[in-house]
Amino acid sequence: MPDTLTPDSEVIATPSAPPAETRAMRLRNFWFDYRQSWVAMVALTVIGVLLVGSFGAPYLVPQDPYDLANLDWMDAFLPPGSVGSGEYTHLLGTDNAGRDMLSAILYGLRTSFMIGISAGVLALAVGITVGLTAAYFGGRIEALLMRIVDLQLSMPAILLALVMVAMLGQGVPQIVFALVVAQYAYFARTTHGAASVERRKDYIEAARSTPLPTWRIMFRHLLPNVLPPLIVVATVQVASAISLEATLSFLGVGLPLTEPSLGSLISNGFKYIHAGRYWLSIYPGVFLMITVVAINLVGDQVRTVIDPRNSR
Amino acid sequence: MFGYLVGRLSQAVVVVFVMSVIVFVGVYAIGNPIDVMIDPGATAEIRENLIRKYGLDQPLWRQYFTFVGNVFQGDLGNSMVYNIPVTSLVFSRLPATIELVMVSVTIAAVIGIPAGLYAGYRPNSLGAKLIMALSVLGFSVPTFWIGMLLIMAFAVELGWLPSGGRGEVAEFLWFKTSLATTNGWSHVIMPAINLSLFKMGLLIRLTRAGMVEAMGAEYVRFARAQGLADRQIVFSHILRNISIPVITVFGLELGSTLAFAVVTETVFNWPGVGKLIIDSILQLDRPVMVSYLVMVVILFVAINLIVDLIYARLDPRVRLKGGS
Amino acid sequence: MNAALDVQGLTTRFATRGDAVTAVNDVSFTVQKGRILGLVGESGSGKSVTGFSIMGLIDAPGEVAAGKVMVDGQDLRALSDEDMRKMRGNRVAMVFQDPMMTLNPVLRVGDQMAMAVRVHRKMSKAAALKEAQRALETVGIPSPEERLRAYPHQLSGGMRQRVAIAMALLHRPSVIIADEATTALDVSIQGQILAEVRDLADQTGAAIVWITHDLGVVSSLADDICVMYAGRIVERGTAQQVIDHPRHPYTQGLLDSIPALHEPGKHLPQIPGSTPQLSRLPQGCPFRPRCPRATEICATVPPADTKDGQTVLCHHPLE
Repeated sequence: MPDTLTPDSEVIATPSAPPAETRAMRLRNFWFDYRQSWVAMVALTVIGVLLVGSFGAPYLVPQDPYDLANLDWMDAFLPPGSVGSGEYTHLLGTDNAGRDMLSAILYGLRTSFMIGISAGVLALAVGITVGLTAAYFGGRIEALLMRIVDLQLSMPAILLALVMVAMLGQGVPQIVFALVVAQYAYFARTTHGAASVERRKDYIEAARSTPLPTWRIMFRHLLPNVLPPLIVVATVQVASAISLEATLSFLGVGLPLTEPSLGSLISNGFKYIHAGRYWLSIYPGVFLMITVVAINLVGDQVRTVIDPRNSR
Repeated sequence: MFGYLVGRLSQAVVVVFVMSVIVFVGVYAIGNPIDVMIDPGATAEIRENLIRKYGLDQPLWRQYFTFVGNVFQGDLGNSMVYNIPVTSLVFSRLPATIELVMVSVTIAAVIGIPAGLYAGYRPNSLGAKLIMALSVLGFSVPTFWIGMLLIMAFAVELGWLPSGGRGEVAEFLWFKTSLATTNGWSHVIMPAINLSLFKMGLLIRLTRAGMVEAMGAEYVRFARAQGLADRQIVFSHILRNISIPVITVFGLELGSTLAFAVVTETVFNWPGVGKLIIDSILQLDRPVMVSYLVMVVILFVAINLIVDLIYARLDPRVRLKGGS
Repeated sequence: MNAALDVQGLTTRFATRGDAVTAVNDVSFTVQKGRILGLVGESGSGKSVTGFSIMGLIDAPGEVAAGKVMVDGQDLRALSDEDMRKMRGNRVAMVFQDPMMTLNPVLRVGDQMAMAVRVHRKMSKAAALKEAQRALETVGIPSPEERLRAYPHQLSGGMRQRVAIAMALLHRPSVIIADEATTALDVSIQGQILAEVRDLADQTGAAIVWITHDLGVVSSLADDICVMYAGRIVERGTAQQVIDHPRHPYTQGLLDSIPALHEPGKHLPQIPGSTPQLSRLPQGCPFRPRCPRATEICATVPPADTKDGQTVLCHHPLE
C-alpha cells in the first residue's frame, strides 16, 4: 500500500479561526441584520420622529400648554381642525380648558419619555448591581437577593407601582421611584441568569485568581457578557414604564393635569367620551399606543438579531 | 412530598409575615387618615377621640400586633369610609371580580391557545403573522386605553352594550351571579374581553414558542418516522409537552389578572375588589388597603405553591425535594 | 425477486439564501433482504440526509429533487403524502442518533410504543402494550413490563436506544434505517447492540442501512459498504473489499486514521483539510483539494470505475 498521506502533522490544515471581530464590525453586522425587517425600520423611524417632536415641542408647537396665560376658556372643546382665538388651526382640537391638543400631546409625550427612559435606566442600574452581586458572590447573598427578586417578579408590576405611589404621593420623582421599584427585578433576574452562566466559565475563574479587585471583575469582565440580553429587556421595559405611568395617571394616582403626561391627558379626556368629545382622549391614546408598540417592535427585532440561535 | 409541602408552607408563612410588616409600615406612612375622615371644622376633642378609637395614638409596633391579633380572630378592622367591617366589604365585592376574571381567563385560553398552536405549526403562513401582530398589540397597548376604545365603539357609537357597571344578578345554584342573566352578560362581556387581551397575547406567544420548539425536536421527528400523522403528533405528543410551561405561566398570571382587574374595573366602573382598592387608596382608607394587600400576598404565595405542585405532576422529570 | 431497498439516482437539494445546495447527489445503492449496508461518511457528507430522504422526511427548504426509492418493488416517491405516512414505521423504519432526545420525555415508554403500534394496526391499547412488550423482549430488555411503565429519563442510554430499536421493529419493516444509532453510547454497549442488530437482520430478514461516520463499526457489522463524500457515493463494494482493498484515496485516508487498525507507537495519519462546504464545492472531484493523488485531470468529473463489483468514483483509483 503506498503511503498516500503526508505523515507530517505540520501540513495538516486546521480550519482557520475567523478573524477577531472588532466592535465596529459587530455594530455593522448588527445594523445589517436589523435592517432586514422593514417593520422594525419603520418602528425605529417612528420613535425617532416622536423623540424629536416631543423634545423639540417648545420650538414646534403653537402653544405652551403649561402656561395658563395662553389658555382661553372660549377655545374649550374645539373639534379638530378648528381655528381658535390664537388665529391658528387646532389640528387635533382643544380640551376642556382650551389647550391645543397637539401641543399638550407633544409636551405630554416628552414627560412620558423622560419618565420612561429615566425609570428604565435607573432600574437597569439597580438590576445589574443586584444581579451581578448575587451571581458573583453566590451562597447566602445570592439566595436572599434572588428570593426577593423572584417574589417581586411573581407580583404584577402595576400592583407594586400602585402601592408605591400610594405611599409616596404624586409627582415625577415619586413615579420614577415607584417604576424603578416595580421593574428593577426584571433586570436583576436577566443579569443574574446570564452572569451565573458566565461565572462558571474559565475566564472568570482565571480573573479571580489574579489580584484584581472584585468590583472590577464584576463590571469589566462579567458585565460585557451579560449586556446583550439586557439591551432587549431595557427597550421593552422603557415601553412598559411609559405605559405603566400612563396607567397610574389614568387611575388618578399618577401625575396631575398641571404636569400632563399622556396618561393624565387620556384620563382627563375620558370624562368627556360620553359627550362625543372623542378627541380629548383618542388622540393622546393614539400617540401612547404608537410609542409603546414602536418600542416593542424595535425590542423584538433586536432580540431576533442578537439571539445566537438565529445567527446564519 | 410531605417534607416538601411543610418546607414550602413554612417559607410561605415567613413571606406573608414579612410582606404584611412592609405593607403595614408602608401604608402607615401615607398621610393621616383622620384628616380625610373628619370635617375640617371638627373640634380637637372629636379628633382626639377618633384617633384613640382607631388606635392611632399607639406606637406602630403595638398597632401592628393589635392588627395581627385581630386578623387571627377574623377581624380585619372597619373601613374608615364605609364604616363597616373590611371583611364584609371585600366579600361583598369579591363575586364581581371573580366573575370578571373567570370570564376573561376563559376567553384568553379558548382563543389564545389554539391561535398560538396554529401560529407555531405554520409559522410562515399569513395567518400566523397576523396572529403574532395582534399578540404584540395585545400586550403592549395599555389595557385602559383598549377599554376606552371598546366603550367608545360599542357603547357610545354603536350603543350595543352598556358602557359600565355590573348587570342584574340572579340566583345560580347557591350563589348570586350576574352570569345567570342576559343583562349581566351584556355588562360583563366588554370588560372581560378587555381584561383578557394581555393574557391572550401572552398565551399566544407562549404556545407558539413551545410549538415551534417542539416541531423541531427529535422526538417529533421520531414520531413522524413511526408514521404518526401531524394531528396525532400535535395532540398526543406536543400538547403534553407545551402544557407544562403554559400552565405554569398561566397559573402565575392568574394573580396578575386580579391585579389588572384594578385597571379594567376602573375603566368600566365595575364594582369589584379592584375598584375598591383604587377608591381606598384615593380616600386613604387604611384598613381596606392593608387587608387587600395582605390578601393579595397570601393569594400569590398560594398560587405559586399550587403551580409548583401542578408542574411536578405534569413533568415526570421534576421530583419535589424538601426545602428550596 | 425485488431487492428490499433499491435507491436509484436519489438527489436532495436545500434552498438556502439565494442558491440551492445539493446535499445528496445522484446516490444509488441496493440492499437485499437480511443484509446490512454500511453508509459511511464524515458529518456533512449527506449520509443522514440520504436516510431522511428515503423516509420522506425532508422538510422545506429541502426537497427530494430526483430519483427512485423502491421498497419491495414499490416506489415510495410515487406515493401520496398519506400513503407515504402509512409506509413509515410500517414498511420502512428509522432509528435516530441520540437516545436522549428521540423519546418524548413526558410520556411513558409504553404509551409511546402503544401509539406507534396502533397507528398502523387497529387494536385495543392493552393489546398494543402486549405487542410492545414482545418487541422489548426481542431486543433483550429485561423485565419489559416494568420498562413500559417507566418514563424515558428513568432508563439508561443503552436501554433507551434498545427501546427505539424495538419501536422500529414493531411492524416487521422491510427496511430499517439506523442513523448513528450507537454513536452516543459506551463502547461496550455499542458492541452488544451491534451484535443484536446483526442477529435481528438474520432473523427478521429486514434490510438495514447503517449510517455512521465510523468505519470501524461497519467493518464488523455490514455486508456491504458505501462511502459518501460531499453528497456522492465515492466508493461501493462488499465490506471485505472496501476494508481490505480500498480503491478511493478518501476511503484509504479514513482507514488509515482509525487508531485500532494502526500500528501502535507511530504517528497517526489524518486526512488534511476539512469537509468542504456544499455551497462551495471545487469543480470536478470534490476531494481534489485534500487528495494526495490529485492531478490536473481531477478538475473534471471523475468517471465510475468498476472492478470485481467494487465501484469507485476516481480518476486515479488505488489498485
